[in-house]
Amino acid sequence: MSLALVADAPAAAARSLLEATAIATCHGRTPCLRDVAFRVGEGETVSLLGRNGMGKTTLLRTLTGLLSGGPTASIRFAGRELSGARPAVISRAGIALVPEGRGIFPNLTVLENLTLPARRGPNGKAEWTLARVLDLFPRLAERRDNWGDQLSGGEQQMLSIGRALMTNPELLMLDEATEGLAPKVRDEIWATIRAVAATGMSIVVVDKNLEDLFDLADRHVVLAKGEIVFEGTTEDLKADPDLVHRWLGV
Amino acid sequence: MDLVLVQIFNGIQYGFLIFLAASGLTLVFGILGVINLAHGSFYMLGAYMALTLTQMTGDVFLAVALGIPLAVAFGAVIEWAFVRHLYARDHLQQVLLTFALILIFNEVQRIGWGSYPHSVPIPSYLSGSIRLTDTLAYPVYRLALTAICAALAAAMFLVIQKTKIGRLIRAGESNREMTELLGFDSRLLYRVVFAAGTALAALAGMLAAPVESVYPGIGERILIISFVVVVIGGIGSIKGAFLGSLVIGVADALGKVFLPNLAGVVVYAMMAAVLVARPGGLFGRMVR
Repeated sequence: MSLALVADAPAAAARSLLEATAIATCHGRTPCLRDVAFRVGEGETVSLLGRNGMGKTTLLRTLTGLLSGGPTASIRFAGRELSGARPAVISRAGIALVPEGRGIFPNLTVLENLTLPARRGPNGKAEWTLARVLDLFPRLAERRDNWGDQLSGGEQQMLSIGRALMTNPELLMLDEATEGLAPKVRDEIWATIRAVAATGMSIVVVDKNLEDLFDLADRHVVLAKGEIVFEGTTEDLKADPDLVHRWLGV
Repeated sequence: MDLVLVQIFNGIQYGFLIFLAASGLTLVFGILGVINLAHGSFYMLGAYMALTLTQMTGDVFLAVALGIPLAVAFGAVIEWAFVRHLYARDHLQQVLLTFALILIFNEVQRIGWGSYPHSVPIPSYLSGSIRLTDTLAYPVYRLALTAICAALAAAMFLVIQKTKIGRLIRAGESNREMTELLGFDSRLLYRVVFAAGTALAALAGMLAAPVESVYPGIGERILIISFVVVVIGGIGSIKGAFLGSLVIGVADALGKVFLPNLAGVVVYAMMAAVLVARPGGLFGRMVR
């Protein structure tokens, strides 16, 4: 961690929702993680940055239980230890992932995709109902009876986000949610992510569009070669063009 | 002409029976990704279970009512003991293990029931024939069997299209990881699907017992014909299995009348023709 430039972000004062420590993992061809510590406060929006192959997706997959975090790892979420738990258990504890590639069920209709995981959140809250999700994404309401594979890329992304919300999570994690989308559609997606953030939802975003993330995130975390090399606010990040150039290639 | 009509009836009835067995095979293959050669053994064990339970209770339908929960439990145990270890392994290992299961089940059958064919009595209230035309009569039990199988097929479509477990089965088929990420334990889903597949095969065996004699090789026969149906219909496709079963059932029955010398190859010729025209089967891959 010699490279780390850990700034005291104001948002760090918020109560921790997710507190992951000592994640050290290597799985076949996925990038390794070396002693990564990652936290998200309640209501906080955190961006996870880094070039391709630096471990962003690996970290998200570890946090959702798809990959093991290694023997030393601890993943505390809402006061509960989730390290070693199955993805289904972690999902029901309140962590939702909108994965890279969207994970739409092509052989289910839009409505079926949305209602399949519908449930109350871990605290019994049911803030996100079908009506509210369709309100957030009017396009999905129009296409409710289409099969998943009949949607455009943007619509699939909306469906993937809407479906994650239907589980009423406490933490929403988005992996490359705007990748491969036309600029206009991308703006729509950002607008909805902002709208979701405004409801007080804790959010982790992995994306390549720095400008949008500067706008959206309370705090940025930069991963390089499986280690965290920066943590801080947008101002901190902008104040260090060297780091931005070196690790983000901008 | 009457003979042709009777054979069409027989073909439809046989097709429905194949469908019960093949639908389980295609679901297990499509969702769990496991090639289960022992699927025919579940049909065979179902037939022998019908034999023993009918001897005990006196009625094949009582035997079926008792046999279904037994078959579900048996399938769940087999999944837990053997099949779940195959999900991450390749097809060769799946074939090896499930072939070993065939050998074991065949031995169990020989020890338990011997090698002689047995017959299971048709219940008295369904014995006899119905006169369909002046010259044509058809056994009541076979008609009842067709009706029961048709009702089961309709119920299966309803479950898959309209219920939550059906949505989950379809979702699990297209993306297992995503169903986990949405909070569904795929271990449980897989056990349920395998147990259901086992029960369907056993049910087919139980219902067929009164119209076929119960003998040691019936499991292999239904296994091969089920694979033909799965290939024709498209792996994982229930609709494909349904259409494929009826086509194969009728073709097999008519082949025996019109091409008696070639009856054995008719179904394979049809499979080859489908593979040439549509290599993915009639209904592609996905359960919709």
